[in-house]
Amino acid sequence: MARTLITVPQDAKRGDVIEIRVLIAHPMETGYRVASDGKQVPRDILRRFTCRLDGEVVFAAALFPAISANPYLAFPLRVERSGTLSFAWEGDGGFMQTETATLNVA
Amino acid sequence: MTGALASLALGVLASGLLAVGSAHAQQDARRSGYDDMSSATQAMQRDDTQNPAMLFVADGEALWKRPAGSDAKTCASCHGDARTGMRGVAARYPAFYGSLARPVTLGERLNLCRTRQQRAEAWRAESAELLALEAYVALQSRGQVITPPDDTRLAPFRARGEQRYRRRIGQLDLACAQCHDDHAGKRLGGSTIPQGHPTGYPIYRLEWQALGSLQRRLRGCYSGVRAEAPPYGALELVELELYLASRAAGMPVESPAVRP
Amino acid sequence: MSDPDEDSCPDPRRRGVLRTGGVLVALALARPALADANGLKAAIAAYSGGREAKPGRVTIDVARLVDNGNAVPITVRVESPMSAADHVRAIALFNERNPERDVARFALSERSGRAVVSTRIRLATSQQLVAIATMSDGSLWAGAVDVVVTLAACIEGEG
Repeated sequence: MARTLITVPQDAKRGDVIEIRVLIAHPMETGYRVASDGKQVPRDILRRFTCRLDGEVVFAAALFPAISANPYLAFPLRVERSGTLSFAWEGDGGFMQTETATLNVA
Repeated sequence: MTGALASLALGVLASGLLAVGSAHAQQDARRSGYDDMSSATQAMQRDDTQNPAMLFVADGEALWKRPAGSDAKTCASCHGDARTGMRGVAARYPAFYGSLARPVTLGERLNLCRTRQQRAEAWRAESAELLALEAYVALQSRGQVITPPDDTRLAPFRARGEQRYRRRIGQLDLACAQCHDDHAGKRLGGSTIPQGHPTGYPIYRLEWQALGSLQRRLRGCYSGVRAEAPPYGALELVELELYLASRAAGMPVESPAVRP
Repeated sequence: MSDPDEDSCPDPRRRGVLRTGGVLVALALARPALADANGLKAAIAAYSGGREAKPGRVTIDVARLVDNGNAVPITVRVESPMSAADHVRAIALFNERNPERDVARFALSERSGRAVVSTRIRLATSQQLVAIATMSDGSLWAGAVDVVVTLAACIEGEG
């Protein structure tokens, strides 16, 4: 399980557009790097990120090796009511991780 | 420049703690590496929701509470909540460690606690665990000022550290002082040469794409001037850290910082 | 909500015949229309199905001189009311000189509220970045920016 840092504003009111920020610890190994032994380090990246609100996709991203290590994403969401947010990352080597957070909307 | 810097450092120590930015008859000419970064990188450091180092601080917080060693003690068992127990600690390192009769860095001190108090295996230098715990402990000094201990036993080590700082080394025949005192603020390639104050360690360095210690950074500098870098844990590196801390006395701790 | 992995124009009936010669994507580039040595134009054309993207509405916020090419903060903004009738469906980011042209593709919807996405990217060298926004009516808009990336002056071998 990779360490994640998820930021969801907790003071949102109905109709606000909030910014959600997610950070996940992952080397995003491009596959182009040559290690000190001269061998090319194989690609190992996160390829997809999906954010769902009560099961419905509200943001998604396809990631490529040009995304930096420990990928950071900040994206908007107009909030209408409280609910449950889920954040899913998928990547090479069968990487799959989901985190959840509560969305509190006044 | 060096004479002025030495007398400034003494003036700061003599007049007690000085927070950068406070009114002072003699303007503090010292700049943190933070001031030399682009605003985008500064924003990355300033915001805990964006700073990649905070991922590893979270790991460190988990390690603080994890039982280790033959008695399954946690750091918290002796030190309680790190936010109070470790407050200001990182700002005072390197510090003298009596039974080894020499100064040790914060990372070395964590390992000494781990082996001698928790009776667990030491973590390898630059290992993910050691860096994470170091980052978590260093965070508890953020905002405090670098406060080298007023300990006369440190004097000969600090003096040797200063000598090393001023000695030319490597195929490029450069001393730390030449870049970081004489030419700080000027450009080397596309980068601004920082003054080299250890205000934010362990840092998330963009060049490494990872968290790393001051020792890692110093070893990188040795390589940069084509000198053989001393191994991790070498006393030479600790003495240099000790001198750098006194040179930066009074500057605020930013840990965990982001640097290019 | 669209799938970010899809090209902006997944319906094959809408793929027009590629225009002969000339530039497939009309971008307000300051540089002359050179041969597409790095495949940037081809990559954008493959994504857009050969349809033209109009310059405008898309802004790329990035430092013009980066501290380090390993982690360059970047924000892409698209002017849009983000209403059910008129919103940004997708934003695709391309580069000119990395080993691969793709950087990221984002899928938004009218629930997004705003069309602003931030991330951090790797840039191997100084180059141009292009962002293509696909609107809910199928129209494409483009923005571009040039970024200067210098390698670290001090080469540190780590051993």
